[in-house]
Amino acid sequence: MENYYSDNPCLKHHLNHPLMKRIVDLRERDYADKDVYDYAPVDFEDAMDSYEKVMEIVGEICGDVLAPSAEANDHDGPQLINNEVIYAKGTAEAHQKLIAAGLYGLALPRCYGGLNFSLIPYVMSAEIVARADAGFSNIWGLQDCAETILEFANDEVKAAFLPRVSKGETMAMVLTEPDAGSDLQAVQLKATLNENGEWRLNGVKRFITNGDAHIALVMARSEEGTKDARGLSLFVYDRKDKAVKIRRIENKLGIKGSPTCEMVFDNAPAVLVGDRRMGLIKYVMSLMNGARLGVGAQSVGIAEAAYREALKYAHEREQFGKPIIRFPAVYEMLSLMRAKTEAARSLLYETARTIDIYKSYDAIAHERKLEKEERDEQKAFSRKADMLTPILKLMASEYSNQNAYDAIQVFGGTGYMKDFPVERLYRDARITSIYEGTSQLQVVAAIRGVGNGALLNIIKEYENSEIPEKLHHLRNRLITLTEKYQEAVSYAQALENEEAWDFLARRMVEMAANIIMGYLLLLDAARNDYYSTSAHVFLKKIEAENVEKSVCILNFKSEDLGLYRVCAE
Amino acid sequence: MIFRIVVLAKQVPDTRNVGKDAMKEDGTVNRAALPAIFNPEDLNALELALQMKDQIPDSEVVILTMGPFRAAEIIRESMYRGADKGYLITDRKFAGSDTLATSYALSLAVKKLMPCDVVIAGRQAIDGDTAQVGPQTAEKLHIPQITYAEELVDINRESVTIKRRLERGVEVVQAKFPVMITVHSSAPDCRPRNAKLTMKYKHARATSELQEADSKYNDLRNARPYLIINEWTVADLNADDAWLGLGGSPTKVKKIDNVVLTHKDATVMTPSDEDIDVLMKELIASHVIG
Repeated sequence: MENYYSDNPCLKHHLNHPLMKRIVDLRERDYADKDVYDYAPVDFEDAMDSYEKVMEIVGEICGDVLAPSAEANDHDGPQLINNEVIYAKGTAEAHQKLIAAGLYGLALPRCYGGLNFSLIPYVMSAEIVARADAGFSNIWGLQDCAETILEFANDEVKAAFLPRVSKGETMAMVLTEPDAGSDLQAVQLKATLNENGEWRLNGVKRFITNGDAHIALVMARSEEGTKDARGLSLFVYDRKDKAVKIRRIENKLGIKGSPTCEMVFDNAPAVLVGDRRMGLIKYVMSLMNGARLGVGAQSVGIAEAAYREALKYAHEREQFGKPIIRFPAVYEMLSLMRAKTEAARSLLYETARTIDIYKSYDAIAHERKLEKEERDEQKAFSRKADMLTPILKLMASEYSNQNAYDAIQVFGGTGYMKDFPVERLYRDARITSIYEGTSQLQVVAAIRGVGNGALLNIIKEYENSEIPEKLHHLRNRLITLTEKYQEAVSYAQALENEEAWDFLARRMVEMAANIIMGYLLLLDAARNDYYSTSAHVFLKKIEAENVEKSVCILNFKSEDLGLYRVCAE
Repeated sequence: MIFRIVVLAKQVPDTRNVGKDAMKEDGTVNRAALPAIFNPEDLNALELALQMKDQIPDSEVVILTMGPFRAAEIIRESMYRGADKGYLITDRKFAGSDTLATSYALSLAVKKLMPCDVVIAGRQAIDGDTAQVGPQTAEKLHIPQITYAEELVDINRESVTIKRRLERGVEVVQAKFPVMITVHSSAPDCRPRNAKLTMKYKHARATSELQEADSKYNDLRNARPYLIINEWTVADLNADDAWLGLGGSPTKVKKIDNVVLTHKDATVMTPSDEDIDVLMKELIASHVIG
């Protein structure tokens, strides 16, 4: 009888962010759908009321159905029977419940059977689904692939596949190969046109989450003789064609309820998405950005689950005559877990809002020409999203891991046993900083924003926001941190050594990320006193951390690289 | 002709989460202190009704609920899950009704909806636990009844086959229409609220609710008649006042005692892995072991 939406007041806080009026107005375009669809909102308040009511449904299913089966799904896992992936019993039931509740196609337009929701309630659903069962959240979350079809495929492909997604058919993004992991330019799977002008796929894909999905987006080399990204195109494969052999389901550390498959394409029919040669350059980049937002949501969900388990146990467990939560060593850990979760969550919804606005403009641009101010705004939000997305993926996934680690620490030996969910959370969290681009690759994406000042611009935007006077002292401290960040960046730039710049990149990116999250918590505190505690705790944490990073950068000399290169020789 | 399934559903105080204010000094239920919920077994009944609707083309599920205007929430909740419409039976004269007076009022309402093929309700409501209203309603309608339904085995235009959950086993029975069915808590859980249906019906209101609330969405209600929840009063049902409310209720509560139960409902566990798993989880959850 738990509701994972209403038991967490932070979610309502983010759902009701002041920017929502803009976001919903852009998505609903004069609320014209109300004359065509009986479930479309008539105005902004009505839309928000619908978001709230649907979030209640998601929360109820997460609490009553998903969470209680998470342990069994982790234990039982999916099976491969007659070339078909059979989900664990609880996974299959959860999937059916979510279908009955109409919770697939959340963000798809109504003409494709979707709910046309803003990204905010969609991402929020992803967060609480992951809190309930991180393994299952992959299967549910892969509906995000539909966004790529919506954005780039032609009308025929959209009409063929998108309504099926809204009805609950599952999806997969089929990119990775044995020799193409982080380096997707190396993809080899072959796409050839037959004499009838139809595409056929041949080759092997590995580590494919939900590989036996109804509808799969497959990246393949369509241009014979090419070796780089420019020879890759994106295709849709329909499972109804039965031309793929699922060779195995991987035995993994965590997210065991989610089947990770090796797939062999044997002359499999497929249809092209968008234009040839744009597969990796444009479509998969967009697909990956969506997936990174999804992993951000998943990470926050796991971080929240770990925090809650640890908090509950620390209150119940007595040692030395009192509940362990009363010991400073324990309550500090829990305060930090809470602050990290809330910081990552604030970054998650800030990123989602930013993406939402530019994507709405993209959609409007399909209908009419954008005005100049609209185009400018679209570009600004798109740039901001490009910066926030890797930072979100980097920080949220690391915090998710840290919280899961600390949760076991709070439980002590008990947490190391399989009797409590924290060990599962620990295993589930581990993948978040690896898939959809490792933390190291997120740094590669974000460091550009350190070099060209894009991250500083975001920081300055927050610095100039209005906040009540009682919080000015916090802002002053963030301004000091920003100065230290600029000093460290200038120093690293002055080294004029590309390798040293790369070496120091993660520290600089994290310094900026810390300041951004610090500001977001400050802005949350400005709207809601509840955040005051986490804003203070988080600021103390990052002040110490950024000093450490700054010392490391300012003491660094190019010749120091030699010390670290030894192991590479 | 449309196949009509009428669900009798009740809004009840949530007696499963009882706090210390749950009972007044005089021993009656303090409804203000308890959240109002959909009677759990009525949700099982709604699910069976919706399963029947899934299997019979050209069928409809109609909700009947009796209570104050806020009980219209039961009708909305049902529509969120797939019911087609509902009627709220509301009148001060119904207040204080026992099972006899309630089944009298419900039977008149069902008659107004005739021809009905199936009348279905939860076995009992958690605020009274009498399990009498369903059977009494069937008697007043002069239709056969199947009690303790657990599973819809089969249904077609001619007959329905139901598995009944009895104390020491199950029984499969078949009946022609019209028939009254009461549903046991071991029947499948009700399907969740559906997002689209929730958004479609969330502005549905009974007239007496509207008088209390803002009228922001009145234009919408005028344009979409399905957003008006029908209300029936004593006059609409042509009911005889003598059979209603406290006056029509021979049951009087003499006193209420606290009783400590020594024997709970027995559950039979088979020696299968699945049942042992269920038993272990229950023992762990109740901290008997672990």
